Amino acid sequence: MSRLLTWDKILPVLLVLTLVVGTSLDPRFGRGNNLAFVVADIGEIMLIAFAMTLVIMTGEIDLSVASIAALTSCVLGWLVRHGVPIGLAVVLGVAAGVLCGAVNGFLITALGLPSLAVTIGTLALFRGLCWALLGDEPVASYPESWTRLGSGRFPHTYIPYVAPVLIAGAIVFTVLLHFTRSGRWIVAIGQSAEAATFAGIPVARVKTSLFLLSGFMSALAGVVYTLRFASSRPDGAVGYELLVIAAVLFGGVSIFGGAGTMWGVVSAVLFLGALRSLLLLEKVPPNALNIITGGLLLVSVIVPAAVTALQRRRKPTRNKESSCDPDSSARSPQRLPSSSR
Amino acid sequence: MRPRFLGALAAAAAVLLTLTSCADDSGGGGGGTTPGANGGQIKSGLKIAVVPKAVNNPYFDAAFTGAKKACGEIGATCEQLGPTEASGSAQAQFINTVVQQQYDALVISAADANSVVPALKQAKAAGITVVTYDADVADDSARSAMVRPTTSDLVGKSLDKWISDAIGPQGGEIAILSAAATAENQNAWIAVMKQDLANYPQLKLVDTVYGDDDAAKSAEKASALLQSHPNLKGIIAPTTVGIAATAQYLSGSQYKGKVALTGLGLPSQMKAYVKDGTVKTFGLWDPAMLGYLGVYAAANVASKIDIKGGFEAGGKKYTLEDKGLVTVGPPQEFTAQNVDSFTF
Repeated sequence: MSRLLTWDKILPVLLVLTLVVGTSLDPRFGRGNNLAFVVADIGEIMLIAFAMTLVIMTGEIDLSVASIAALTSCVLGWLVRHGVPIGLAVVLGVAAGVLCGAVNGFLITALGLPSLAVTIGTLALFRGLCWALLGDEPVASYPESWTRLGSGRFPHTYIPYVAPVLIAGAIVFTVLLHFTRSGRWIVAIGQSAEAATFAGIPVARVKTSLFLLSGFMSALAGVVYTLRFASSRPDGAVGYELLVIAAVLFGGVSIFGGAGTMWGVVSAVLFLGALRSLLLLEKVPPNALNIITGGLLLVSVIVPAAVTALQRRRKPTRNKESSCDPDSSARSPQRLPSSSR
Repeated sequence: MRPRFLGALAAAAAVLLTLTSCADDSGGGGGGTTPGANGGQIKSGLKIAVVPKAVNNPYFDAAFTGAKKACGEIGATCEQLGPTEASGSAQAQFINTVVQQQYDALVISAADANSVVPALKQAKAAGITVVTYDADVADDSARSAMVRPTTSDLVGKSLDKWISDAIGPQGGEIAILSAAATAENQNAWIAVMKQDLANYPQLKLVDTVYGDDDAAKSAEKASALLQSHPNLKGIIAPTTVGIAATAQYLSGSQYKGKVALTGLGLPSQMKAYVKDGTVKTFGLWDPAMLGYLGVYAAANVASKIDIKGGFEAGGKKYTLEDKGLVTVGPPQEFTAQNVDSFTF
């Protein structure tokens, strides 16, 4: 019963419910124009969340993602300001983001430092580089043919240009996590890095690749952010790391690693974006908005934990059995956050 | 039937007024409600959204009071909606909300001159009149007019004069505590201040720090300034959050009375500090006038009245300067003598 009704499976239902109830409450919410905005508005969060899910699943964390996105944006801006063609500037900006990911990966896996500490450091470091590059002068001299890609839609449709990128990302990352050997490695590392090492999984290599991937996705988000807001600012995307991590955890990924699903995270990001739009349309005061989203996040952590605790109390023997069975935990990556930890 | 008939009558009257306005340049349009400077008439029942940089800010609340007053005069409904933290990306969500809710006009203070431009252009394409107040956008084609409180030139020169008066003829080291390092307004004023300091050879600008319009951070920066520059004689904080935080810090510290403070602040927040001597003179404009004129400019444009030749508000005529700028007037000085008479 509890295996069938896990939080990550409730989320897509919750998303559909929000869309249906929201539209019947207020037709303006369901209009293509508004939904297109919601999709574009969560674009950067979604791109970073794809990679963040994998990082958190291995039991690590990357707090530097927003700073990487901003640094990509600033490198891109700096290059354009100095006359580099924008296409090349985008490529170099993304390269800078990947380099940031490489720095994180090196410090964490080669030197064995904790990712929390390392990425708090690089969060400040990369942001500092943004200020060093652009100072207090934002760059906004982007050609409209490019910025249209960030805020525009395919002609005669409501589909934002960023949508295909998000769909492709969702497919690639779902396959990667749930249908490949690398995905199984990620889950195994998250459940026990030690056991994974003994099983011959190249733990360090997997983690390094994930920080590189996180750097790449953050850089991509940085490019989207730059085009969508037609500008590069050193304080761009400030605080996005927390939005991303909150959405990933809300999506049912365990902060301790080893459990989570990509569809849970995708649904969570869409749900939070849709809910915000609906509440704004219904003129819920902005002060209440933060309280509602914060409360929801807590509920998403508390409810599954409470359910697990209740079940444990009711069937103490069964639970003991299953946790002794070495196969069961490896076979059920969709555990709830904080279960059996 | 009846309302429709009245509506038709009003429309006919409006057309007549527009037609006659060319011949009758005295502008007295006897229609009754609110004649525009060019004789057109502001439609009643307009829906106007006011989007501040951030809510929970007394400055923008005061601006909204003015906006509401204007809306009352022209029979419009207006609403304030905006993010809790001032950023262009957060404002974009509210601009979209305004588009979805089909407002007639949007009066906005841009939290960041560049990043709201795409969203504002989309709003404009959706048929919504866009007017900026307090802080403008980088691309003036994204809005119909910009209501500015005063000119950067007047503000920068006033700030220099106030700090010079407060420190006295002996002069000394001064520093600036600003808002965000990218804040358009503050940077423009600081540029003028630096230039104008040539007229005050006794003053030496030693540092510029940024409190990001966050009270705690601003107080920290003020305290750090005083420690790193022991000879500091004065601080200029051209931000309402920064000056209040600095004043609070100074008034409870050993530097009270020794280090002069001036800048732009709200009379309601600064009252105590001009009375206890921490601050001698500070200034600002009446933010209510920004909201007031913003609504009038927006309502005129939303009513398809051409405001290129200026428009009338509260019995006064305002001209449209280069690039669609509208100026309220010179900054208002506040001292212990007059501070009580201002309510914002």
